[in-house]
This record gives sequence, C-alpha cells and structure tokens, in this order.
Amino acid sequence: MELVLFLSSGLFMGWSLGANDAANVFGTAVGTRMVKFRTAALVCSVFIILGAVVSGAGAAHTLGRLGAVNALPGAFTVAMAAGLTTFWMTRLRIPVSTSQAVVGAIIGWNLYADTVTDTRSLGSIVTTWVACPLLAAGVAAAVYVLLKRAILRRKPHLLEMDAFTRLSLLAAGAFGSYSLGANNIANVVGVFVPDNPFRELHVLGLAITGAQQLFALGGLAIAVGVFTYSERVMKTVGSGLLHLSPLAALVVVLAHSITLFLFASEGLEHFLASRGLPTFPLVPVSSSQAVVGAIIGIGLLKGGKGIRYGALGEISLGWVTTPLVAGVTAFVLLFVVENVFDRHVYRDVSYRVDAAVIEKLAGEGITDPGLHQLRDRTRVNSERLQRDLKRGTKLGTREILAVIDRSQLGLWHVDPAVVARGLDRDWFTPGQIAAVREISGRSYERRWRLRDDLAVVTSEWRPLPATKLNRIRNNELELKLEFLEQTFLVRPLDEEAGEDGLSDGAEATQRAPAAAHGSNSTSSR
Amino acid sequence: MPLFNKSTQLLSLQIDGFLDAVAEGGLVFREGVQAYLAGDLDRFEVRCKAINDLEHKADDLSKAVETHLYRHSLIPEHRGDVLGLLETTDTIIDTAKTSLFQFSVEKPAIPGDYREGFSRLADASSEAMQSLVLAARTFFRDPEAIKDHLFKVGHYEHEADAISDALKRSIFAGELELAHKIHLRYFALNIEKVSDKAKEVADRLAIYAIKRSL
Repeated sequence: MELVLFLSSGLFMGWSLGANDAANVFGTAVGTRMVKFRTAALVCSVFIILGAVVSGAGAAHTLGRLGAVNALPGAFTVAMAAGLTTFWMTRLRIPVSTSQAVVGAIIGWNLYADTVTDTRSLGSIVTTWVACPLLAAGVAAAVYVLLKRAILRRKPHLLEMDAFTRLSLLAAGAFGSYSLGANNIANVVGVFVPDNPFRELHVLGLAITGAQQLFALGGLAIAVGVFTYSERVMKTVGSGLLHLSPLAALVVVLAHSITLFLFASEGLEHFLASRGLPTFPLVPVSSSQAVVGAIIGIGLLKGGKGIRYGALGEISLGWVTTPLVAGVTAFVLLFVVENVFDRHVYRDVSYRVDAAVIEKLAGEGITDPGLHQLRDRTRVNSERLQRDLKRGTKLGTREILAVIDRSQLGLWHVDPAVVARGLDRDWFTPGQIAAVREISGRSYERRWRLRDDLAVVTSEWRPLPATKLNRIRNNELELKLEFLEQTFLVRPLDEEAGEDGLSDGAEATQRAPAAAHGSNSTSSR
Repeated sequence: MPLFNKSTQLLSLQIDGFLDAVAEGGLVFREGVQAYLAGDLDRFEVRCKAINDLEHKADDLSKAVETHLYRHSLIPEHRGDVLGLLETTDTIIDTAKTSLFQFSVEKPAIPGDYREGFSRLADASSEAMQSLVLAARTFFRDPEAIKDHLFKVGHYEHEADAISDALKRSIFAGELELAHKIHLRYFALNIEKVSDKAKEVADRLAIYAIKRSL
C-alpha cells in the first residue's frame, strides 16, 4: 500500500512532465493550427507509451536521477517537489526543463541530508540556459535558410507544401514523443523498479515483464498529462513567443532535434571520432530550451521585430526559478514528511579516510599531506568530510569529490543467490558475467574494492583511457557497475557497522541484499 | 515527389477547375461581345448560355473548395487568403456575365463607328482576366514570380481605361441622341468594369503573395 502511495508521486511527476514537455514536440504544430490538439495529443500519447515500454527497457538497469536519493520516502518527496514545480510552471504556461526541476529537488534533498552536491551538475544547468538556446538558434537559422532555398528551387504547390509540412510535423512529433517517453521514463518510475509490484504477464504468447508494465503505467501518466493539461504550454511555444508560419514551425522542431543530435549524441561523437573526423563539442542540452532557442533564432533571422520579448523574459525567469523552487519545495516537503509523517527520507552514509583509501587515491594521482591528518575518523555524512577536506587539504573540487567517493563506507555483498539467478545476458558480456561469478560470495565495505576485484578478473570490467572514442564504452561500463553496486548493496555502513570488523574482500556472513537504492553516487561522485 | 493524397489532389483539381472556368469565362465574354458587334445573335446567345454555365460552375467549385478547406483544416495560415481570392475572382466572371446579359436584354444599337472601340475594350478586359488567372495560378506555386502577371493585369486595366475614355469621348462628341449616347456609355462602363474587378483582385493578390513569401 505504501509503495502505491510512493508510486503516486512518480506518476504525478510523469503527469506534469507530459503537461509541460509535450509542447516541445507538438507545440509549434498545434500553435500554428497545422495539427489539431486532439490529434497531437493522441499521437504524442501513443508514442510516449511506446517509447517508455520499448526503448525504456534500458531504464530497467538505471534508477534515473532519483537513484541519487537513497530512501524511498525521500525519492517520493523529491519527485513530488519536482512535479509540483513543473505543474506550477505549466499553469504559468512556461516551457521548462523537467530534468532541471528534478536536479533542483535532488539538491534540496542533498542539503536536507547533508550530502555533498556535485557543483558540476549546477554548472551544467546554467550552461544549458545559455549554450542550448544559442546553439538551437543558430541551427534553426541555418535550417530555415536551407529549407527556403530548396522550396524556392522546387516551387511546390501551396497544398503540396501544406501536406508536406503537416506530415513532417506529425512524423517529427511522433519521433520526439517516442524519445520523450524513452528518455524520461527512468526519472518517472525508475526508482520504483526494485520494488515493482507487477509480475510478468503472458498475453497471446508475448511476455510482458513487470518493468515494462511499470513503464507502461509511467508512460500512461505522461500521456494523461499531455491530454489533460498540455495545451497551455503548447500555445506559448506555438504562438506566444513569435507568430510562426507552418514552415517555421517545422524548422523549430527540426532544429530542436538536430541540436540535441549534434551536441548531445555520444553515438555521433563516436562515429565521427572513429573516422578521424572533427567532432561537435558535447554540451548539456534540454528540449525546452532548444525549442525556445530555435524560435528566437527564426525571429532574429527575420529582423527580430516579431519576437515578444516580454514572453521571452518570463520564460527565462521560469528557467532560473525552476531548480530553485524545486530545491526549496523539496527541502520543505522533506521536513514535513520526516517530522509529520515520521518517515526517514534519507539513510545515513558514513565516510572514513584510512590507509587503504589514501593508497587508492595516490594510485589515481591524488595526494595531499592533509589527508593523513584526517585519517581513521568516521564522518556521518559527506558534507562534514567535505568541510574537513576543504579546511585540512589543498585539494580541488574534483579531487575532493573523488576522496568522498572512495571514503564511502557500506556493505556490498555479492550474493550467490542473486548471481545464480543470472544477470541480464543481453546487457552484460559473457566475460563480465563470469567475473561476477568469480567474486560471488565476497563482501566489501568499499565500493571501489568491488570494482577493483572485477577489473582484476577481466579487462572487460576495466575502464579504457578517457578519450572521445572510449566515452560510450566507459559510460556503459559505469552504468553496469552502478547497477551491480545497487544490486549487491546490503546497506550503507554507519559508524557501528563500520566497526563490525568486516575486512575488505573477506567472506562475510550471507545477508539478504537490500533493495537497490542506497548509493548516493550521483551526488557525491 | 507527389505528396498529395487523394483528397488534397481533388482539392487542387477543384481550384484549377475554378480558375479554368474563370479563364474560359473571359474568352467567352470576348467572343460574346464580338458576336454581338458582328450582329451574329445566335452565336452571341450561345456565348451567353456558356458564360452562365461557367459562372455556375465557378460558384459550385468555389463553395466546394471552401467546404473542403474548412472541413480538413487545410492551409490554416493562408486559408482566409485563398478563400478571399476565390471569392473575389468569382465576382469577375459574375461581372462579365452580367455585362453580356445586359447586351442580351437591352440589345443596344451600336453604330459601326464605335464597334471597333467596343471590340478593343472587350479584348483589354478579357486580357486582364486572363492575366489575373495566370497570377492566381502562380500564387499557388511561385509567389515570388507573381509580380510579372500582376503587372500585366495593371497594364490591361490601364489600356481598358484609355480605350473606354476615348470611346466615351467619341460617343459624346458624335451626333447621336443623348439617350442613345448614355445607353452606349453604360455598356462601355460595364465592359470596362470587368478589367476594374480584375485589377481589384490583383491588388489583393499582391498582398497575399507578400504574406506567402518565405
């Protein structure tokens, strides 16, 4: 029953995501009256659910951003705060980034739980506000000029042009909706996968996994958001900023997709780098900000007179406000949930710098005499360790985050029962599965020990040098390692547990693995 | 690459059919006036019936296009302009038909001295109509190139004005009864009105073309 309650906040966030983000894919089409709202909502909903169920399968291995929150009531509250913020922005008809609302809410949780926030995630949000609209504006202007030339050369009939634009808007909208479902489903229900109440179903000889049913439910929540409340933001995107022609509407959708593809696609970067071609810089991008940037790009190309700068100002203010409001809302709600409803919204994670950690860090090139002064004292949260590190060492932000990560205490037990049930053969390589079998039964109080042991068994668990060519492989490896850590985490270790006397790599008493949430790796690494 | 589905293809055919009817109406109007001036009343009445049929056909097609555009929510950005174009173009063939029917009803006596003037006036008005139809067709495909056709509409309208002015001066300078002179002027004015209507539509079309330009 409690899980259903917790799930409801994920679904609420999905609803608000649908209400706000559908405008990115169908806003210009509906705003220019090229596609009726009901048609857009129907196509959008169907493809969101398809994307969530079919391509969201990868999300079964990730908890999404909310995975950073290590207690289910906390994840519930953070999702609620992000959902409420997005809903508020939707009421104000402002297209915002739901991901940024989630990140803002997680920062609120970090502050509440005295957990260190990776300032890079804040930096990337600010970069997105500026770089993403600028890039999208440039791409939109270029696409507009090219498309105009092609049309002037081909001279299509007005009705032919109308049919082409309408069809393209629908196709682009359908693809965009599919991606929306596939990319966001992890944020909506990913954190509930380990406690999934759904069991595998067999319909007409087709097996539908519990995760797929959960994703379908999340997709449905997004779709309901699209149907019931997305028209407002669609109107802002479609006609509130600039009077768009149907062709410009198409250019906006294309420019938005191209911007996301060029500047956020690791696949494209790998493709170009492997052929010795120059690559596009990867920058953090957001759909909402790309769409608004593309509209402004077209407006500027036409002289800038048609742009409604008042509306643009409101939208920009909305972007800045979103993570702030989400953070404050999350903080307040966490206080209420913990003190009024008596639910633990975070689990304590302790940290200790010891000889092994210092040696490990030295191996990574991180040394500082101050580290020895901090040795063998357990800190009850990462915030305290960070404060001590700032005071006692001359390490930079990146190094401090590395020290915090390596010092984290916990208990990871490679449960033979879980290993025997088998790991996903479609995702893990045979070598990787064999390596996990090899270390089956071992327990670790440091996460990196588990990683090191796997890397010793096979090179398939070793990260390659950090080059553009290796980025995809290393990211995939990191995702798999995080999945294993979540699967084998028994509990984060507090001070007493740390004194249990568990030695690294030693055999431990068989313990039942806990639910796969407990790592605060996203926030502290 | 044809992107038309059947329904859009039908709509395109209907618009073309409408413009064909107007263009043909212009030719029939000229032939009708010339037949009347030549005293061939049988041929003239055939033309009267033909222009009447063409005007009905244009009306029906115009309504069908309007219904189709609204029912399928097509060309939302230019729907009003296209419907305005069809509606005002329809008034040209209306005017031509009314003018020809007035000949049929009132049977004005046109002295030989003025026949060439009336014939040239009908020619200029008919040419203005043809150029307008060409401009309308161009609007759908190549709005940037519409200026050439609109220029021709203006040219023929000016020519019609000049011919009509010369004709009326010549009529009123002649020896006819005043009532006869006024009767003839009335017919000159009605033929000239066809080119005036074409010019009015051309002026609207110039604006529509600017709105359509990319």
